[in-house]
Amino acid sequence: MSVTSGSKVEVRLPSRLGFEKVAMSTAAGMAKLMGFSDDRIEDLKTAVAEACINAMEHGNQMNASIPVSVVLSMKPDELEVKVMDNGTGMETPAPLPDIDRKMSGEEEARGMGMFLIQALVDEAEWVSGTGTDEQSFVRLVIRMNKENE
Amino acid sequence: MQTANKVSQQQLAGASGQQITCLRFTGDVSSLSRDAIVGTYQALDKAAHKLILLDFKGVEYLNSSGIALVIQVLMEASKSGQTVAICGLTPHFTKVFTMVGITKYATLYPDESAALAAL
Repeated sequence: MSVTSGSKVEVRLPSRLGFEKVAMSTAAGMAKLMGFSDDRIEDLKTAVAEACINAMEHGNQMNASIPVSVVLSMKPDELEVKVMDNGTGMETPAPLPDIDRKMSGEEEARGMGMFLIQALVDEAEWVSGTGTDEQSFVRLVIRMNKENE
Repeated sequence: MQTANKVSQQQLAGASGQQITCLRFTGDVSSLSRDAIVGTYQALDKAAHKLILLDFKGVEYLNSSGIALVIQVLMEASKSGQTVAICGLTPHFTKVFTMVGITKYATLYPDESAALAAL
């Protein structure tokens, strides 16, 4: 299969937990076609899954009838993933998880998704929309590292 | 869409002769796995199960909500004076568990045999 820069795939998911795996598999398939290494593909899978879960839970309030749109764009040396929802956006920067505070109960055990996204991809950007006419989205990018791929 | 999470329990002996309670997870470990993960742990008699090994070898999908359940088990185990070790994570999730700081409260082993040899 010939892979050309500019190829784009869009996936629409119901806001129902578990469907993030559809976006995850799609992203993994595209990254594989582009020649990303297995460890980078694992990083991307986790980042995409976390972005979709955030969109379902925080953006679309788990309303299964409101879709999460995922647009994956192949560029010359990078794969860009935009995950869009109908919410008003996430607060950034992502808080760093503090395992000691979590263990003592001062911080919720959950709430590591944004941290993982930022840590696992080369670029992560959260853009707030109005929630109605203009969707909020997170934009993730993984780049080819020629030396390591 | 979610693959059901199943947990099986087995008593093992470590190289030092300690009894180890191994909880083996299969399927998905996510927010929907609370009963399977935390519930199975909470059902253990804390005085009788002092050393717990969480085995992720059979896990197909793990996300941050699933990791939060592991942290909840670590929290409760710490309060009860139990020791928790973890094995069977893929290299990717070994990296993720290290990034979020879980290694401060649980030792990670590549597989069950490495865990048993060390415990």
